[in-house]
Amino acid sequence: MADPITLAESSGVEPSQTRAPESGVSDSGVPTPPASKTARAATRYATAIVLFGALFLAMGGVGSIGVWISALAVGLTLSSAAIGVYLTFRVLDFPDLTVEGSFALGGAVTGLMMTNGYSPFATLPAAFTASALAGLLTGVIATRLKIHSLLASIIVTTGLFSINLRILGRSNLPLLSEGSFLSPFQEGFKGFIRGALGDDQVRYANNLLAIIMVGCFVVVIKLLVDWFMASELGTAMRASGDSPQMMRALGRNTNSYIIFGVGLANGLTGLAGSLASQFQGFSDVNQGLGLIIGGLAAVVIGETIFRPRTLPQATAAVVGGMLIYRLAVAAALTINFGGFRFDAADVKFVTAALLLITLASSRVSRLGGQ
Amino acid sequence: MILKVKDLHQTFNQGTINEVQALRGVSFELAESEFVTVIGSNGAGKSTFFNAIAGAFTPTRGSITIDGQDVTTWPEHRRAQFLGRVFQNPLQGTAASMTIGENLTLAMVRNKRLGLGRTLGARRRRQLREYLEPIGLGLENRLDDRVALLSGGQRQAMTLVMASFSDPKLLLLDEHTSALDPETARQIIEMTDSIVGERQLATLMITHNMQQALDHGTRTMMLHKGQIVLDIGEADRQGMTVAGLVAKFAENRNEELTDDALLLGG
Repeated sequence: MADPITLAESSGVEPSQTRAPESGVSDSGVPTPPASKTARAATRYATAIVLFGALFLAMGGVGSIGVWISALAVGLTLSSAAIGVYLTFRVLDFPDLTVEGSFALGGAVTGLMMTNGYSPFATLPAAFTASALAGLLTGVIATRLKIHSLLASIIVTTGLFSINLRILGRSNLPLLSEGSFLSPFQEGFKGFIRGALGDDQVRYANNLLAIIMVGCFVVVIKLLVDWFMASELGTAMRASGDSPQMMRALGRNTNSYIIFGVGLANGLTGLAGSLASQFQGFSDVNQGLGLIIGGLAAVVIGETIFRPRTLPQATAAVVGGMLIYRLAVAAALTINFGGFRFDAADVKFVTAALLLITLASSRVSRLGGQ
Repeated sequence: MILKVKDLHQTFNQGTINEVQALRGVSFELAESEFVTVIGSNGAGKSTFFNAIAGAFTPTRGSITIDGQDVTTWPEHRRAQFLGRVFQNPLQGTAASMTIGENLTLAMVRNKRLGLGRTLGARRRRQLREYLEPIGLGLENRLDDRVALLSGGQRQAMTLVMASFSDPKLLLLDEHTSALDPETARQIIEMTDSIVGERQLATLMITHNMQQALDHGTRTMMLHKGQIVLDIGEADRQGMTVAGLVAKFAENRNEELTDDALLLGG
């Protein structure tokens, strides 16, 4: 075979070989010497740390570390939803808003089961299944009826609102008296904290326990997703999002893989909905509102800061992005500019600004890097 | 016969002001190990002809039989079991964000059921290496590199390898060198000749270059306004020049060929 298209010893690329203007080589194809890559990564992390340091200082006189612990706990409970958003938006190229409805659905199913005496742990597979079905429905509507994924998911989410209301029987169902996934370990852990850190720190016990338990849960979910994505089925699913024409030419029905993937993503979101309901002690028909923007923020922040190159790196980056996002929101809420403070009602504004800043900064650094 | 196309018609946007009769009664047969080059000016219906065979749409009229099976109403992914395809756009034949090994595996398992087995386990890597080494592209050493790192030419070479993986009944090459620079295009054509020759694959290749059409394959077919206007077998192609081809077209059609791109081999 002729030399120049031989790949063996060519370490880099010859982008000039393509005349097609949409040649996919783009920024990732430009070879960068390893030294400058490390330097750039270091600059990125340093910038992130400095920004956070500045936020810490700006907060001036934060009474407690509790804010941060609680932000981490909330971030972890939402992490599997962030992985779901990553799957639909990035892997499947199927922008899906169903997650707002399926998050609430996971919570509603959890509320219904717990008030009927089911164990908090039994609600997880049920929430996963119910929300996955909602995702499958969106997938079927979008692919079989050829309706755009955004429209299809708005239709399903709209319908889900009423269904969630039916399941809950009211718009807000308190679950505090029903316990949560923390209950079996709560007393023991409180005793442990009291012994280890003193009476004062016991008020953090719940959040710390949630961080440990949900943290382990998220790690398991992440590893399972990575494991699936490295299987033949998972590979075919990713390829259906990346290059549907290639997959059809290789004899695969891309629609089936997309439908399955959207179901999986929503199942993961349902898990987050169940955890969130238990953790906050109620199920609310509106609890999914704003989840999309939060999930996207996690994806964008994770990708911008960690620059993942493989799928396992990407799922880790998205979880990291969700934690950073929640920490940043918590930081913004504690800022005190000469008497001006954001309050809970400003969370969406803060999120929107944060997302915009992250997107803009990744755009600027990309332009600067070229 | 590997491929039988009977009285194929395709009308797009039927009954609207944008109605286009892309194919107007195409009948065509392709024997085993025949390599037909397909030429025609823009809008002649070459791509529509290919897409009809590949199953991108169900034709308005007519039938398509591949390897004895009437596939006229089969969806694209079902017909793919018979077909290997390389596209004009290098981006369409591969998945850029995935690794070379993952792409090749999907081609390797094309007619198999997929499960939860590892895509790139030790055994699969060994199989891929064994298959790829004789091809000489060096792909076996880059299984974990992302396809996005490859140039357009490298991607087309890889797509060609993927398309011919499990010896398809019919190879469809849709102007697969037209997005490449001349030197790379020449290499891909060479590679095409050697793969098709070695495996004796029945092949249809669209080209925009009349000289190329005459130099390669065993038979040349010309589409014009949705119909086959020339079909030149092996014997008649011997010694035929581009000028001769143009003259033959004028004689058959009573009109001059006016597509500069086609004449100049763009």
